[in-house]
Amino acid sequence: MFDPYKVREDFPILKRKINNHPLIYFDNAATSQKPRQVIEAMKEFYERHNANVHRAVHTLSLEATELYEEAHEEVAKFIGAQSIEEIIFVRGTTEAINLVAYSWGLRNLKPEDEVLVTLMEHHSNIVPWEILSKIKGFKVKYADINPDGTLDYESLKEMFTPKVKLVCVTHVSNVTGVINDVKWVTELAHERGALVLVDGAQSVPHMPVNVQDLDCDFLAFSGHKMLGPTGIGVLYAKKEILEKMEPFQGGGEMIREVSFNTKTRRCMISWNTLPWKFEAGTPDIGGAVGLKAAIKYLSALGMENVKAHECDLTDYALKRLKECSRVTVYGPKDAKQKCGIIPFNVEGFNSHDVALILDSYGIMIRSGFHCAQPLHQKFRIPSSARASFYVYNTREEIDRLIEALKEIEESL
Amino acid sequence: MNAKPNLNDYIARIEEACGEERDIIIHLKYERKDEALDKILKRAKMEKNIAGIIFDLTYKGLSIRLYNTGKAIIKKARDENQVQSILAELLL
Repeated sequence: MFDPYKVREDFPILKRKINNHPLIYFDNAATSQKPRQVIEAMKEFYERHNANVHRAVHTLSLEATELYEEAHEEVAKFIGAQSIEEIIFVRGTTEAINLVAYSWGLRNLKPEDEVLVTLMEHHSNIVPWEILSKIKGFKVKYADINPDGTLDYESLKEMFTPKVKLVCVTHVSNVTGVINDVKWVTELAHERGALVLVDGAQSVPHMPVNVQDLDCDFLAFSGHKMLGPTGIGVLYAKKEILEKMEPFQGGGEMIREVSFNTKTRRCMISWNTLPWKFEAGTPDIGGAVGLKAAIKYLSALGMENVKAHECDLTDYALKRLKECSRVTVYGPKDAKQKCGIIPFNVEGFNSHDVALILDSYGIMIRSGFHCAQPLHQKFRIPSSARASFYVYNTREEIDRLIEALKEIEESL
Repeated sequence: MNAKPNLNDYIARIEEACGEERDIIIHLKYERKDEALDKILKRAKMEKNIAGIIFDLTYKGLSIRLYNTGKAIIKKARDENQVQSILAELLL
């Protein structure tokens, strides 16, 4: 049975006190804390196996290479990819999306084409497309959202002209926690000949995600939001698409051969096999080892259990927040429609005030736009406070959040 | 001879907050926060004291919300230069 109190024992940082209060970490949508299993795996790597990967013959390099490739295998298994050829390690979700923009988009999008995104996207799934549209001349269109923060599927369908070549949609909103029906989007897109890029930064860490079931063409996510280290993330892409794509960055590791032609005085270059063709330079090997440990940890907990626990916390928090008369919660109020993210504001305070006051109680939440300014404009709010939960959070911690919010209200 | 105090002695970080409000967040240096809090509380006008945790202050037309944890929000400042000069007046 899933026991968050037992889980908490694995997270050294949760023993800290902040401003003389036990730390309550509710900023998980920004980054997660790390269990000692991840910390130890990385320590073990640097203390015993550290070397550069591939193309060396010595023992340490072989060990590092095996660990690095095993990390790809662990990721492939975790998201149901067909093989490690479909798993590219990058710095994080942002880099994964930029890889698709510059490696696929730069060569495949034409001035008459359209890229369809939604108004609830994180800036990292908006800005690369706006930048690229200025280079290539294609149009970026935005599917609307409903007043409750859910995706307006009709709006998306209406915007789906034959010119749309790519749909970029977040699986879970990083502001409201709304879960989008990505499977519906991929079916619609594929019927109409478009590819689908899914931002999985807020879904892969929190619920079972299977790329074959979703049938998405690209899936981007970050290691640091799923108990892993910062600096490592993943781009999943279908093998047949990756095979047709040109590399993102050039350098070592991603080439098979660079031969100098004495007649033309140019270098002839051939690419490495997948996925290494897209991993130029020395990769984040330690990060990959940490990510593998994080995935093993989550897999042992069971992603269905992780989802159920967060759903329970969200449901409990939404109910208890009703006791706070000056608190406005944004997004759907049904926990089943969302992952464990709750955006809110407190009347009489701006979001940064709320975050700073809660900080004085040892409660860490985020405030601002959360890199989703268009969504805040849609809600007509200047910013929001955001509490987001994970495997080590408990109902007791939510009780403390509510008590603190009530004290804030009373101070007015 | 002691060096003349400067803002870096008291301020760890000044950041513009994300959001339409464009508030400026001040993080006081932990080891000198009590001294800094005393100085600010003496020089700015107290509008409201919320349980000794939060202090709503005004200074030269700007509203400042000061926290006993060593953080402050300055609202509607023109720019960072104005914040720097206000902080210099309050702390030095």
